[in-house]
Amino acid sequence: MQEKALRAMVARVKAGRMSRRAFVRRMVALGLTAPMAGMMLSHSGVAWAQAASAYKPTKAGGGGALKVLWWQAPTLLNPHFAVGTKDQDASRIFYESLAGWDGEGNLVPILAAEVPSQQNGGLSDDGKSVTWKLKQGVKWHDGEPFTADDCIFNWQYAGDPATATYDVATYKDIQVEKIDDHTIKVIFKKPTPFWADPFVGVRGMMIPKHLFEAYKGDKSRDAPANLKPVGTGPYKFVDFKPGDSVRGEINTAYHLPNRPYFDTLEMKGGGDAVSAARAVLQTGEYDFAWNLQVEDAILKKLEEGGKGHVVVVEGGSIEHIGINFTDPWTEVDGERSSLKTKHPTLSDKAVRDALNLLVDRASVEKFIYGRAGVATRNFLNNPPRFRSKITEFEFNIDKANKILDDAGWKRGSDGIREKDGKKLHFVYQTSINEPRQKNQAIVKQACQKAGIDIELKSVAASVFFSSDAGNPDIYPRFSTDIQMYTTSQTEPDPALFMNQFCSWEAATKDNKWQGRNVTRWRSEEYDKAYRAAEGDLDPVKRAALFITMNDLVIGDVAVIPVIYRPNVRGVHNQLKTVLSGWDSDAYMLSDWYREA
Amino acid sequence: MSRYLLRRLLIAVPSLIGISIVLFTILALAPGDPFGELASNPAVPPEVRVALRAKFGMDDPIVLRYLHWLVAMLQGDWGFSFVSRVNVDTLIWQRLPATLLVIGSSQVLALLIALPVGVFAATRPYSVFDQIASTFAFIGFSLPTFFTGLLFILLFSIHLDWLPFVFRSDLAATGWRWYWEEFRQAIMPIAVLGMFQGASWTRYVRSAVLDVIRLDYVTTARAKGLREGKVVIRHVVRNALIPVVTLVALQVPAIFGGAIVTEQIFRVPGIGSLLINSILQNDTPVIMGVTFVFACLVILFNLIADVLYGWLDPRIAYR
Repeated sequence: MQEKALRAMVARVKAGRMSRRAFVRRMVALGLTAPMAGMMLSHSGVAWAQAASAYKPTKAGGGGALKVLWWQAPTLLNPHFAVGTKDQDASRIFYESLAGWDGEGNLVPILAAEVPSQQNGGLSDDGKSVTWKLKQGVKWHDGEPFTADDCIFNWQYAGDPATATYDVATYKDIQVEKIDDHTIKVIFKKPTPFWADPFVGVRGMMIPKHLFEAYKGDKSRDAPANLKPVGTGPYKFVDFKPGDSVRGEINTAYHLPNRPYFDTLEMKGGGDAVSAARAVLQTGEYDFAWNLQVEDAILKKLEEGGKGHVVVVEGGSIEHIGINFTDPWTEVDGERSSLKTKHPTLSDKAVRDALNLLVDRASVEKFIYGRAGVATRNFLNNPPRFRSKITEFEFNIDKANKILDDAGWKRGSDGIREKDGKKLHFVYQTSINEPRQKNQAIVKQACQKAGIDIELKSVAASVFFSSDAGNPDIYPRFSTDIQMYTTSQTEPDPALFMNQFCSWEAATKDNKWQGRNVTRWRSEEYDKAYRAAEGDLDPVKRAALFITMNDLVIGDVAVIPVIYRPNVRGVHNQLKTVLSGWDSDAYMLSDWYREA
Repeated sequence: MSRYLLRRLLIAVPSLIGISIVLFTILALAPGDPFGELASNPAVPPEVRVALRAKFGMDDPIVLRYLHWLVAMLQGDWGFSFVSRVNVDTLIWQRLPATLLVIGSSQVLALLIALPVGVFAATRPYSVFDQIASTFAFIGFSLPTFFTGLLFILLFSIHLDWLPFVFRSDLAATGWRWYWEEFRQAIMPIAVLGMFQGASWTRYVRSAVLDVIRLDYVTTARAKGLREGKVVIRHVVRNALIPVVTLVALQVPAIFGGAIVTEQIFRVPGIGSLLINSILQNDTPVIMGVTFVFACLVILFNLIADVLYGWLDPRIAYR
């Protein structure tokens, strides 16, 4: 059913009756990533849209200085070690990948001559190999040519466990063959539906073979080029102070005509988000500010300064309330929230349904997050409802009361509902962060009216999100009844995002709470769908499977999505940027320019 | 004197070793590790973290790690940052110019305020000038630097639009223009810190001078018919400043330590911000390096203060 509906939609795009953009929007609403949607279209024979470049300058250079502000300062410039976004962004100034993801899920060739597809023979029918044609005439900043040997080297470098790169998982199980100087073939061990991971996007940045060859494996730290990058990007390296600033200057030999526009580039790090917003929006001291996690009311006020504006970039982060399916208050074998237990009250679906109705998403959006948080649609029901632009999420205290009444939860003398001596009293935890505490208060108030008693708990973010398994307050241990945080989908492939509901991923004491299934919600049907999606080559079928999975999770109220959080950036009024929520902020730095 | 110095220096060695042991143990026992970010990223296999820990020797017993560190340190190898993989001494050297410029100048500014104001107020106690100076001094040291910092930014950067509030360590300008830009960006953090420090030193100088100015030898000097200026500068200030010199000397290590809050507000890439970021990222070698330098400076300047004290006040003998 779903698969059919999706196929019909793809066919409509193919026939030109539905715009590509509308399709991608809908897929994102279904909980799929934009790159995934792009893959679906590509597989079905709809060409990747070559978005007409809005780049206007007719010559390279002459744009003066570009000053950007990252309130977390970059600390290293080797892309294969860049775990944090700040380091990935700083590396991306100098290094490039074969292709990047634009905001609408298109794969955009950068160092590749074209994006592989079935039509151009780049993709094999068995899904086990991809052939990339490299762009000719690309030169490293030191004048050496960029060739297939560099790609092979990057695979060997990053895939070597002794180098201990953060992207080792992408490279260790593949083989890369050189066909000729400008063609490579990536070979996977098993059919791989999502082939655009090695050499693409953040994990695909290329470092030059001739400078890093001597520093593979154990010696990786000694490479002088770790701190003095020589890449193919639009800006050449000038200076780097770890934890403070990165400077670059124009690469006059850049491989795209008339680019880049700016003569110098300065990336300053450190400080806090509010003053970064101020420096761009209000005083115009800087041209661009990264990740403005600031209350919208403050941003609006700063925007009145008239120097810059806020740009909202769609990505894949969702603020949600997770429901504990195990009992956090009973200890089994020294473990709270053990899989051997069942939550005494939340295991009743009526209670979860009531909670879902008691989260006032519209108010959360309106009064707390503003542009930085859009109330999520009730995104996973069946396909006909998706077609209505925005399915209504519901906030209805009366209905919640009725559901609870019908299920036999009676109000006690203190106004709190109970059944069989078990009271509806929940501890609701989240990290310390002003918007979250306000959000907690909104939920608590509504629950009170429905006879549910909520006790609020806030944990310092550095503890809540730490990897310290010994601390009971970290979110994977889930020692309370419900908890709220944001889960971000940074990977273009939804498989890594959706594994957080697989039964084998349940966080337990045995895996030191490293498992990703924090709610401990388990469903055979879900596991089956996930397994099926892992090996299916047909992107449309795969998408249908992911929607099924989402349906299962939402239908059973394992989580209550609250708001969808796009990335917020501050941009100077004259600066024209190209940004994508599915790739590094700097992925199209070559196309940034200033309008007079 | 030289025997005293030698003895003090020899005592410093065990104290430094003791300090380093305490620091190292506390850091080793503290929760969290520098690769936490790797742990929370589902795309990174756990083996990467294990390999990195092994590579950086983080799984060895604490004693072994400490000995490694100590031996390397004695050979002048400070280790490298787990986060940026840059040598610790390089990182510290990079931060030193901005720290010295901003914090150093602020201390000079503080002295320039505290000395004349304190002395002048003490020579005319309870006069209008003294009252005003005292009021401002109280205001000055009761307002925290993060508050005055924000106040300055609001006034000078936003309302008046005179000064930038993002400190840049690598200004593009050259020649006089460079000095001018450097001055413009440094003046606010310098003023914030200098006025805070100056306010408390003013109170200190004033009370030190007040203590001395009532002594009999001052009266004698006046009775001799010396001019008031000469009495104050030659006889009063010189003696009153002995405790102040000690205070300032003990303050010098703090200059190297930077000012964490002010550095954060103005984005000054100083040692303070290096330290706080390393702490947040559990970057043990850098925390160790910075705090150890700090410990050395504290011990050194304690010694210098003691020596200075004796030189200024011959009544004190070294034994």
